[in-house]
Amino acid sequence: MEEFTQILLLFISTVLINNFILVRFLGICPFLGVSKQVETAFSMGLATTFVMTLTAAATWLINTFILEALNLPFLQYVSFIIVIASLVQFVEMFIKKTSPVLYKALGIFLPLITTNCAIMGLALLIPLNGYSFIASVVFGFGAGVGFTLAIVLMAGLREKLEFGDVPGVLKGVPVTLIIAGIMAMAFMGFSGLISM
Amino acid sequence: MNPTYLYSLISMGGIAALLAAVLGFASERFKVEQDPRVGKVEDALPGANCGACGYAGCEAFAEAVVNGEAPVGGCPVGGDKVASDIADIMGAESDSSDKVVAELICGGGIKETTKSGKYQGIETCKAAHAVNGGEKECQYSCLGFGDCEVVCPFDAIEMSENGLPQINYDKCTGCGKCVEECPRNVLLLAPLTAKTHIRCSSHNIGKIVRKTCEVGCIGCSLCAKTCPVDAIEMVDNLAVMDYEKCVNCGKCAEVCPTGTIEFQGEMIEKVEINDNCVGCTLCAKACPVDAIEGEVRKLHEIDQEICIQCGLCYEACNVDAVDLFYEDENQ
Repeated sequence: MEEFTQILLLFISTVLINNFILVRFLGICPFLGVSKQVETAFSMGLATTFVMTLTAAATWLINTFILEALNLPFLQYVSFIIVIASLVQFVEMFIKKTSPVLYKALGIFLPLITTNCAIMGLALLIPLNGYSFIASVVFGFGAGVGFTLAIVLMAGLREKLEFGDVPGVLKGVPVTLIIAGIMAMAFMGFSGLISM
Repeated sequence: MNPTYLYSLISMGGIAALLAAVLGFASERFKVEQDPRVGKVEDALPGANCGACGYAGCEAFAEAVVNGEAPVGGCPVGGDKVASDIADIMGAESDSSDKVVAELICGGGIKETTKSGKYQGIETCKAAHAVNGGEKECQYSCLGFGDCEVVCPFDAIEMSENGLPQINYDKCTGCGKCVEECPRNVLLLAPLTAKTHIRCSSHNIGKIVRKTCEVGCIGCSLCAKTCPVDAIEMVDNLAVMDYEKCVNCGKCAEVCPTGTIEFQGEMIEKVEINDNCVGCTLCAKACPVDAIEGEVRKLHEIDQEICIQCGLCYEACNVDAVDLFYEDENQ
């Protein structure tokens, strides 16, 4: 029971308190690039969550049983990169075969995730924090959910903003960045929620 | 040798080999049967995944092309070369007769028109149109500053020395950007197969047109009366072509007193059916004026009095039973 509570707390803290985008500033590129429409933003979030969860599991296994066992922590970067890249490729093929509908929904975002720094950040944070296997998977899943939450919120705001009376100099990217900053500050409010 | 090197080599090599094997296996196991043309079209594309075509990457565009949703020339980066490559892959489908291209419906270049004054200002059609209508007296004419040339994404429009846009049908994709851009509305989209064009947009009465332009439509309505299929309608002193009805017989161009109507095809003098005819009635169905008495399995005959020499029966015939005699020499 104690362990379950810990996992639950880890999940909530990853989603809200240590949100990947708004607190750790990872994955800013898709956050600004793919947040024009709620629908596409959600697809992106879905794909990212999917890949993050799998990445967490795969990199934990490789890190624990190969890199740490052989005392080769300096290989983390290289091996994680190829693992993530191949994993995304594999997932893409698998989805294409099994669920063309999902494949269509994720579209171009799936291969783009390969180069998303949030995924790499996730893979590197896991050994740093020394999570167990289950905790790693939950951490990965929570990171994905947090990513989706932030990007969908952003897309919702930007959709409304389309009709807003924004001063000329701030139109487009500037106002988006300001919103991102305010959102990040708002998420700081969660920091007192749980103390771990 | 330091074991660290060895371990690194073995572990990285092992991981890479394992992943390669898994991916190799997966690509076979999870192979999705798709139209082989999709792969071929994708190979022909630049592969930059730039998204300029409006699709999410080259693969999505290739799929749309094969499904007939996107035009073969839809890749702005690849241009002519890629478009023709894709057209080859897609075969005859791409050369379908419903390709539309931009057509200029004004023949009044610098030579043909009279000037009303000198225009000094920003050298774009839009500016000239907004200020005083440019140099030409006819207020319906092409202004000749080449806004269409600038806006064309495929370099299909070039301004001639006579100050009129010339459209390169090979490059034109029928996107309609020039049609939207033209402030005078002297560009329209017409089927590539259309060979008869009325090159005037002036609604002025004949007297004024005579004064301002050598090749303007004076609204005499001879063409509308001559047209055997009623494809030309008179709208406020201007003959307007209905491309859907036109059979490209060229009769209107013959009677036009001002040379406003351009006929790009060859005039046919006589059409005859020879002994190859198997009596399939295809030609009779194609004939717009019912000049062919088509009884099944009998040699068809053309009523020369009704025939308008459009040549549609020649195109419809599958067995080379229709002979066309052109005006200069036989066939």
